[in-house]
Amino acid sequence: MYETTYHRAESVENAVALLGGADDPKILSGGQTLLPTMKQRLAAPSDLIDVSRIADMHGICEDGNAISIGAATTHAEVAGSDLVKARIPGLAKLAGGIGDPAVRHMGTLGGSIANNDPAADYPSALVALNATISTTKRKLSAEEFFTGMFETALDEDEIVLSVSFPVAEKSAYAKYPNPASRYAMAGVFVARHGDGTVRVAVTGAGQNGVFRSAEMEAALAANFTPEAVAGISVDADGLLSDIHGSNAYRANLVTVMAKRAVAAAG
Amino acid sequence: MAHVSMSVNGKKVSGQVEDRTLLVNFIRETRNLTGTHVGCDTSQCGACVVHVNGKAVKSCTLLAVQADGADVVTIEGLANGANLHPVQAAFREHHGLQCGFCTPGMIMSAVDMINRYGPGNLDEKTIRHELEGNICRCTGYQNIVKAIKAASDEMAGMQQAAE
Ligand SMILES: Cc1cc2nc3c(=O)[nH]c(=O)nc-3n(C[C@H](O)[C@H](O)[C@H](O)COP(=O)(O)OP(=O)(O)OC[C@H]3O[C@@H](n4cnc5c(N)ncnc54)[C@H](O)[C@@H]3O)c2cc1C
Ligand code: FES
Ligand code: FES
Repeated sequence: MYETTYHRAESVENAVALLGGADDPKILSGGQTLLPTMKQRLAAPSDLIDVSRIADMHGICEDGNAISIGAATTHAEVAGSDLVKARIPGLAKLAGGIGDPAVRHMGTLGGSIANNDPAADYPSALVALNATISTTKRKLSAEEFFTGMFETALDEDEIVLSVSFPVAEKSAYAKYPNPASRYAMAGVFVARHGDGTVRVAVTGAGQNGVFRSAEMEAALAANFTPEAVAGISVDADGLLSDIHGSNAYRANLVTVMAKRAVAAAG
Repeated sequence: MAHVSMSVNGKKVSGQVEDRTLLVNFIRETRNLTGTHVGCDTSQCGACVVHVNGKAVKSCTLLAVQADGADVVTIEGLANGANLHPVQAAFREHHGLQCGFCTPGMIMSAVDMINRYGPGNLDEKTIRHELEGNICRCTGYQNIVKAIKAASDEMAGMQQAAE
């Protein structure tokens, strides 16, 4: 790892000031992506601004018909939250399936979405549940936020503060993990909202990160059963193809995961 | 450089570290506690698992400065004098190791999972799922799983006896 200077931010204002005062800073949250990247010398921030101890960025609470989760809340906290388990069980299950227990004790919601790994789990939940992301500058819808592989709408000096997840009528997540890394080879989050609309968001498979399947959404809005999506396949052209699986293999996995997610949503 | 102070296995320690020093290096090189191992560069093997404020974390994926003020327990802190922790004893009893390289991390993860689920509440499927972040190149996991199950049940018995 190259040299760096560590700062512990005491508050959101303090973090913004520290970001503004540094040469080439990076926000440090759980460190479960950033530190491995720095160890490989693929990132060399001059300064690390640790936001993990900022109280305002922690916690899970009910916010009307939505659940709001602080950006520095860990995957283990989301997975273990009685509120999330009761209101959006698919989200608790998703968080409980990220990586392994030690990664879940450190890794955070904000770090995961800011990184926008094409194989990360959370982006699919944000898109399917139509979540709103609050930052130090604005509020963004999930679809505005995720702009491409490892890319988001965030400015360099913008911090994710929290994410508000509307409570869906039914929702669930199904993931086919890479057996070595535990990241998604394909993951599908399905949500039926109170107004009858259905959103299907796919992660792990797309070349540009998370995407929706309009065809599956229409089929499920008419008939919310696994059979409704069994015959629908996403176009393999825009999908990832690597040593772990070809794009055709991933396209098939997406259909299988969509069926499983609908079955789990009940 | 940064000043850090933390409790390691119940002992207050402090010192100057480079900001980029990983917790595992602080533990191994400045505390000479070499039971915590480094098995990979990619945060995947779990040989380095320690407890920070009661939770299992990968000490190779945490800066020492991030653990400032924390309560750290390593494999050296588990036994009570000459009396092995029940999980350590079970690994010996059930032959839960061969070369032993992964063992400190396995045991720290096992203690963490027993703490979270409560003694006696672990079945084989749960143990295997919970061990996703700990890689063993020797045993094939069979006896590791057996040892953790036995320790968990044994600890439930001890808890009952104490009540
Ligand atoms: C072995 C292993 C297995 C894993 N498996 C999975 C998996 O199965 N599924 C999955 O989804 N993920 C997986 N991960 C990644 C894990 O979920 C990370 O926790 C997550 O991607 C990053 O969160 P973090 O809090 O650790 O962020 P960090 O590593 O601290 O930061 C990541 C990036 O986000 C930026 N950032 C952090 N917080 C904020 C914020 N509040 N506002 C703006 N920018 C911010 C940082 O500057 C950095 O660029 C795995 C990681 C490991 C090591
Ligand atoms: S050394 Fe920490 S996970 Fe491998
Ligand atoms: S006993 Fe050798 S790696 Fe596990």
